[in-house]
Amino acid sequence: MSTIQETVAPAAAARVTIRRSVSTIAQIVVLLLLLATPLFVKNFVIFQLTMWLVYAIAIMALNLLTGGSGQFSLGQSAFYALGAYTSAILMEHADVNYVLTLPASALVCFVAGVLFGLPALRLSGVYLALATFALATAMPQLLKLGVFESWTGGVQGLVVTKPDAPFHLPISQDMWLYYFTLLVTLLIYAASVNLLNSRTGRAMMAIRDNEIAASALGVNLPLYKTLAFGISAAFTGIAGALGAIVVQFVAPDGYTIQLAIAIFLGMVVGGVGWLPGSLAGSAFIVFVPNVAENISKGLSGAVFGALLIVVIFVVPHGARQVALYGEALAKKFLKNN
Amino acid sequence: MELFVNQVLAGIATGAIYACMALAVVMIYQAIDHLNFAQGEMAMFSTFIAWQLIQWGVPYWIAFVLTLAISFAGGIIIERLLFKPLAHAPILTHVAGFIALFAIINSVAGLTWDFTIKQFPSPFGSRPFLGSQLISTHQAGMIGVTLVLLLMLYGFFRFTRIGLAMRAAASLPESARLVGINVGWMIALGWGMASAIGAIAGMLIAPVVFLEPNMMGGILLYGFASAVLGGLSSPFGAVIGGFLVGIFENLVGTYIPGVGNELKLPIALALIVTVLVVKPNGLFGRTVVQRV
Repeated sequence: MSTIQETVAPAAAARVTIRRSVSTIAQIVVLLLLLATPLFVKNFVIFQLTMWLVYAIAIMALNLLTGGSGQFSLGQSAFYALGAYTSAILMEHADVNYVLTLPASALVCFVAGVLFGLPALRLSGVYLALATFALATAMPQLLKLGVFESWTGGVQGLVVTKPDAPFHLPISQDMWLYYFTLLVTLLIYAASVNLLNSRTGRAMMAIRDNEIAASALGVNLPLYKTLAFGISAAFTGIAGALGAIVVQFVAPDGYTIQLAIAIFLGMVVGGVGWLPGSLAGSAFIVFVPNVAENISKGLSGAVFGALLIVVIFVVPHGARQVALYGEALAKKFLKNN
Repeated sequence: MELFVNQVLAGIATGAIYACMALAVVMIYQAIDHLNFAQGEMAMFSTFIAWQLIQWGVPYWIAFVLTLAISFAGGIIIERLLFKPLAHAPILTHVAGFIALFAIINSVAGLTWDFTIKQFPSPFGSRPFLGSQLISTHQAGMIGVTLVLLLMLYGFFRFTRIGLAMRAAASLPESARLVGINVGWMIALGWGMASAIGAIAGMLIAPVVFLEPNMMGGILLYGFASAVLGGLSSPFGAVIGGFLVGIFENLVGTYIPGVGNELKLPIALALIVTVLVVKPNGLFGRTVVQRV
C-alpha cells in the first residue's frame, strides 16, 4: 500500500507542476504580448485591439452567467447599452471623471440585472432565452423615448469626449485607453476567477449542474441565480462604459440584438465556462467579419457563416478544446525532454 | 365598440401571419427540442424559389407544390449535412450553428435576388372580404390555410403510424430506438416538414409584407413569441398564440396613448414575458416533470 502511494504521489505531483507550469507560461506569454503589441502598431489597430478587450469583458460576463450558473441570456446588449449610457450621461452632463463612471455603470447595471433576474427565476431554457431576447429588442426603443431625450439625446445619441493620458505621459490617447482597458480587463478576469473559486461560485456551478440536487444540498437558488444575473450585468455594464469611452459615441442603434448575438457567439467560440476563451471568442467576433469582407464583399455574411460552421465542426467546445490539445502536446514535449 | 371590433379583426388578420410562422417553429421544436433561429430565413429562401418559378412562367399552384417539395428536401439535406454531425455537441453550439445558417442563407439570397422589394402574387386576390374593409380575401384565405394546416398536422400526429413514431422519437429517443423507430430519420423528417410549413408561411406572408431577404426578421420574432405564449409543445396553442399576439399588438397601438409603432414590439414582448412568469409553460403547453 505504502509503496504504491510512494510511487504514485511524486508522479501526480510532477503532473500537477507540469500542468501548472504550462498554464502559467501561457498566461505570462499572453500578458507580455498584450503589453507589447500596441507599441508596434498604428493607432487604428490599437483602437481595434481596445474594442477586442472591451468585447472580451462582455463575453467574460456572459460566461460567468452561462458557464457559471447555467442561465442563458440573449439580452446582454441591453446591459451593455445601460452601462454605456450611464457612463456617457455622467461624463457629458455631470462632468464626472471617466474612471469614476465605471463603478457607477457597474452599480446601475447590477441593480438592473438583479431586478431582471427576479422574474427570470421562474423561466429556464428557451423561455429565458426569449425573455432576454425581448429585453435586447426593447432596449434601443426605450433609449429613443422622448421622455429621456434631454439626457440621452434621443435617436442622435451623445458624443463623448476622449480622455487624455494622465500625468502628462507621452503616449497617444488611443494607447492610453488601450492600457487602461487592459488594466480593467485584468482586474475583471481576476475577480471572475476568484468568484468562481469561492463559495458563491461553487454554489452557482452546483445550480448549473443540477438545480434540484443543489437545492437539496441547501443552496439558496433564488439568491444565487439573481446574484449571477446581477454580477454578469455589472461586468457587462463596465464593458459598455469602456466601449462608450473608446468609441466616443453612444446611440440607440449601436446596441441592437446583433450585439447580443455577437456576444453570445463569442462565448460559444471561446468555449462555454472557460474564462480565457473570452479573448479568443472576442477576436472571432471583432476580426472575422473583416476577414469575411475581404474575401468577398457581396457574400460576406455567407463567408462569416461558413467560417463559424467550420469552427463549430472542428472544435465544438471552442477555444477551450484547442487549449486542452495544446496543453497535452506541451506536456508530451516536456516529458520527452 | 365598433373601433374595438375592427381592431380585433385587423389583429386576427396580422395574427394569421404569426400563427403560420409559429406552427413551423413548434414543428421543429417537436422534432429537435430547439428553437431554430434560421427558420425565418429558410422560409424566405423558399418563397424566393417560388417567386423564381413563377417568373419562369410556372402556374401558381404548380410552383406552390414544387416549392413545398424543394423545401422539404432542403430541410432534410440541411439536417443531414449540418446538424446530424453536431448531434453530440453542446446545445449552445447548435444555436451558433443556427446563427451561421441564418447568415449564410440571408447573404446568398441577397446576392442571388438582390435587396429590392418584389411583389408576390396571392392566390386569393386582394378584394375586401365579405364587404369588410379590414380583412381582404387574401387575409381570410391565410387564416383558412392556417386552420387547415393545423387540422392536417393534428391528424398526422394523432392518427398515423409515422406521426406516432415522430412523437415517440421526440419525447424519449432511447426508448423509441429500442422499439425499432429510426430516431435519426424522424428528426430529419421533422426538419423537412418544418421547412415545408415555413415555405407555406412564407408564400402566404409575402403578398402582405413584400418579398425581400430581410422580410422575416420581425415576423420570426413574433412567431417565436406566439409559439412560446401558446406553449411550445402544442401546435394548437401556437396558432392561438399567434392570433392573440396579433390582436394584442393592435389593441395596444390603439388604446394606450403615446404608443406609436415604435413601442408596439417592446410592449407585446413585455406581455409575453409577463404571461410566462405567471404560467411558465405557455397557455397550452404540457408541464414537464423533471427527475433528479
